[in-house]
Amino acid sequence: MIKKHLIFGAVISSLALFSCSGNNENSNEQKAPINAADIVVQGEMDAELTSPPLVPAPVGNRAAKKLKVNMEILEQEGTMTDGVKYIYWTFGGSVPGSFIRTRVGDEVEFTLSNHPDNKLPHNIDLHAVTGAGGGAASSFVAPGHEVTFSFKTLNPGIYVYHCATAPVGMHIANGMYGLILVEPEGGLPKVDKEYYVMQGDFYTKGENGQPGLQPFDMQKAVDEDADYVVFNGKVGALTGDNALTAKVGETVRLFVGNGGPNLVSSFHVIGEIFDRVHTEGGLHANENVQTTLIPAGGATMVEFKVDVPGTFILVDHSIFRAFNKGALGMLKVEGEAQPNLYSGKQTEGIYNPEGGTIQNMPGEAPEPSKASTTAERIAFGKQIYTQTCFACHQAEGQGIAGAFPPLANSDYLNEDVERSIEIVLKGKTGEITVNGDKYNSIMTAQTLTDEEVANVLTYVYSMWENDGDVVTPEMVAKVKNKH
Amino acid sequence: MIKYFIFCSFILNSLVGFTQEKSEMKEIHGGTFVPLYGSDSSEVIVAPFLLDVYPVTNKKYKEFVVENEKWRKSKVIQLFADDNYLYKWYSDTEYPKSMLENAPITNISWYAAKAYCAVQGKRLPTMDEWEFVAMASESLANAQTDSVFNQRIIEGYELPKTYAKPVGSTFKNYWGIYDMHGLVWEWTNDFNSVMITGESRQDASSESTLFCGSAAVNATNLMNYAAFMRYAFRGSIKANYNIRTLGFRCASNESEKAD
Repeated sequence: MIKKHLIFGAVISSLALFSCSGNNENSNEQKAPINAADIVVQGEMDAELTSPPLVPAPVGNRAAKKLKVNMEILEQEGTMTDGVKYIYWTFGGSVPGSFIRTRVGDEVEFTLSNHPDNKLPHNIDLHAVTGAGGGAASSFVAPGHEVTFSFKTLNPGIYVYHCATAPVGMHIANGMYGLILVEPEGGLPKVDKEYYVMQGDFYTKGENGQPGLQPFDMQKAVDEDADYVVFNGKVGALTGDNALTAKVGETVRLFVGNGGPNLVSSFHVIGEIFDRVHTEGGLHANENVQTTLIPAGGATMVEFKVDVPGTFILVDHSIFRAFNKGALGMLKVEGEAQPNLYSGKQTEGIYNPEGGTIQNMPGEAPEPSKASTTAERIAFGKQIYTQTCFACHQAEGQGIAGAFPPLANSDYLNEDVERSIEIVLKGKTGEITVNGDKYNSIMTAQTLTDEEVANVLTYVYSMWENDGDVVTPEMVAKVKNKH
Repeated sequence: MIKYFIFCSFILNSLVGFTQEKSEMKEIHGGTFVPLYGSDSSEVIVAPFLLDVYPVTNKKYKEFVVENEKWRKSKVIQLFADDNYLYKWYSDTEYPKSMLENAPITNISWYAAKAYCAVQGKRLPTMDEWEFVAMASESLANAQTDSVFNQRIIEGYELPKTYAKPVGSTFKNYWGIYDMHGLVWEWTNDFNSVMITGESRQDASSESTLFCGSAAVNATNLMNYAAFMRYAFRGSIKANYNIRTLGFRCASNESEKAD
């Protein structure tokens, strides 16, 4: 095989020599790439370091420089999720650690400081370093000390860095990882938005959600039995107010790493297709990718243009991790709807496999039962409550603090029966005060008959220490016709 | 035994002429164990010795520097203690009120610890001696296989700022010794005799007679994970370092009590 190639190659080159000796274009294309090791640095600068999800400014056209990076290691308490604390070990005070942005040929002078209050020695292994241990041996540093070492960035790409001090797994499991980007000469193609996302798995003594300061559980880590799988170090680091943002028409680039220590990520953005994925952080981009694998200790660069507005959910598509362990983030895209690309819901109809006409069982359709006594009214009302009201106002009418006001022993409810009827019929928005607490949410108008409204309200008034008012269909009709 | 010891220390006191009260020690009967860096065939024999019940406190160390001028902050030779020596002390003989009298002394070098013990007629424990005592739980001399005990040690290593707590605030082990885990790291006489380099993964693959620690680490031996953290810490320090989370206690040979 090799021999054949050689012969073939020799023929080609002799042909080339023979046929186009005067063709300069061809020889230009063949120009050997500049060896990154030979790039001469011009001047020096301090590296801008950013906490996730932000990244430093692109390198653009700047020349290779001596780039000074100062990173501090902090062992500190943080929040894993509401009510759950964890002692994180961090590069720069965040999980993942500060984002480092370099260009090929930079000489990075890296100073690693270990805070005096820290208990443990640490170091850093940068996958962007060509050299034994990725800098780990040179950067081993005791608490209250700092070390400096230098390296030259030779290969463009997005790389993981992490602590490699024994026991390595524990240092990584406690959050000691981050990303370093080496841009090619002239920088990466320009995009509108860039973000920094890194997945990690965490192992706590208590189960997922168990409150309090949760210590690291070595046995679970060895068993690869993660309690939390999260983006950017905690549950909710990228949701709600912390969501990533973009505008319709913008191109977004995500630098996505996976610190592990154990789990491989099936990274996916619900409702998007990645236009380009630099698989495993490598040179070549794959196109039109739905879900990309990111190995533990690996990273990738994904790019996509956001064409329609909405909230796009970042997940590890090993989906229980997303919905049960925290591996969920959001990208909120604002702008005008693009109905030609995505219509939204157009019609909603009845699906009836038996055909379009209304099917009736033979015989009389049962007449909706009418309550003849208050006891019956309460019994029917209870059914309606369970079907219609229960989800928000809860089984014991207790509501949900801050969201749905209580019906149990409710001053607002008992104050005005007519108002209650009106709310059930027409819905309610705006701020109200119930039992001293303010609520500002929306109740939709309920599609109930007068009889049903009367029944359900009578039930509610009869329960949970309310005043016991009886509401009749006539009262409902009166309110309905009032305006 | 204790009687002998008191007698012995009385003689020592009169010999070196210091007035500090002697800190309480307990006898460790000795035995054999397999340290992290060893294999099953390399059991280490630990001879009986005496060990301080508590780490040396701020108060005791202050008494030491009052009487030994060359170990004062302004006098100490750089070779023996770098700039972090007694870092928070605002004068040669005073430390801030935020540091409890009975909290362990930290920010002291190996040389300083060694000198302190020598003045007491004692010495630093060897690493094997220290590790031997450290594997004892409340009820067992060797709790290496007790996973709950070992998980607790690791948790203790993670908690921040435990150096500020008073001595005796953690558990009393089988030998009657307090605070082997969960307060501060401790200097040992030969702390640098087992090297864990910064490149811990390399330790595992090469020079395996000394560095085969990782081979001993598996799911069933969490004790070694905790030990690994100690050896890693020791590997990161030099004798003139002074670290906020590193203290010491003294030992002495049992034979000396018979002197």
